[in-house]
Amino acid sequence: MSSELTDSAGAAALPQGFRGFARDWTADKQTFHVPWGKAMMWIFLLSDTFIFSLFLTSYMNVRMSTRVPWPNPSEVFALSFGGDPIPLILIAIMTFILITSSGTMALAVNYGYRGDRAKTAALMFVTAAFGATFVGMQAFEWMKLIVDEGVRPWGNPMGAAQFGSTFFMITGFHGFHVSCGVIYLAVIALKVLRGDYEASGNYEVVEIAGLYWHFVDLVWVFIFAFFYLW
Amino acid sequence: MATATEGHQQHPLAIYLWVWVLLFVLSAFSYMVDYMGLQGYLRWSLILVFMLAKAGFIVAVFMHMAWERIALIYAILGPPILLLFAIGFFALEGDYTLLTRLDFFGETNFVPSHPGEAH
Repeated sequence: MSSELTDSAGAAALPQGFRGFARDWTADKQTFHVPWGKAMMWIFLLSDTFIFSLFLTSYMNVRMSTRVPWPNPSEVFALSFGGDPIPLILIAIMTFILITSSGTMALAVNYGYRGDRAKTAALMFVTAAFGATFVGMQAFEWMKLIVDEGVRPWGNPMGAAQFGSTFFMITGFHGFHVSCGVIYLAVIALKVLRGDYEASGNYEVVEIAGLYWHFVDLVWVFIFAFFYLW
Repeated sequence: MATATEGHQQHPLAIYLWVWVLLFVLSAFSYMVDYMGLQGYLRWSLILVFMLAKAGFIVAVFMHMAWERIALIYAILGPPILLLFAIGFFALEGDYTLLTRLDFFGETNFVPSHPGEAH
């Protein structure tokens, strides 16, 4: 009650118009006791979570509702190295590559806070290189699917037409995120190497880039489970 | 030079390395589920358990959520709970659409070819 009174009493004294607008948004209020960049990255990732979740949910919906049998991912994504085809082997390798890159990113954040510029930048470049490898393998996977298997967004010879559209949409959007992440990491790594953050000694920018990168890995965990293993 | 000011996440290297190893092991396990050709509820529960464990470790340790203040944790992890409703509704809807399609169009006469045969 008393806080309400104070608020309404205070509101009368508040400036109006644009001055008031500016004051309302810049007043000394803070909810998240983290650097603003980190809070903003988390909120961006939350919105991205919703986008990917709705992609996967609509994939579930079309897969449940089709009369035509769904192509068996275990066979579709099998790869043969001269012998019998090994199920999902390319996807498994891609998964391990992405996890490895998450590990190097975590170490980069750690070395960043220790102020070890060279190690931080090196680990970030390694992370970006793993990411680029992942995208390369994905391009190979797409090419194999489009050229050899005849998969199109509107149909394929192995089963339900929705397989192609959901596959290209979901993995394409994820691959786009990985590609953006590679560029993002390379830019931050260059800035770290150049010593842009030496004056402030503040390396939280590495942690924020790390949040994005771990999120990309996190999304892959769900795509791997729901698209490839189902 | 440790800068352990507010909002900075600095933890021993060992915990990252342990989680890293764990993620490798869990990924290998979920791949083995497919490789060994497990089916039915066993397949599903294993896939989901490994998936959630991996997601949990990534968010909690790699993304430092375990050490954040509860205001941030709730703000980020709370809203996705709503997605469970979306998943439930879309599942009901998918089921209904399938039954309607079977009712109107009957069973499919689609004959799949094996992967690699199409050119």
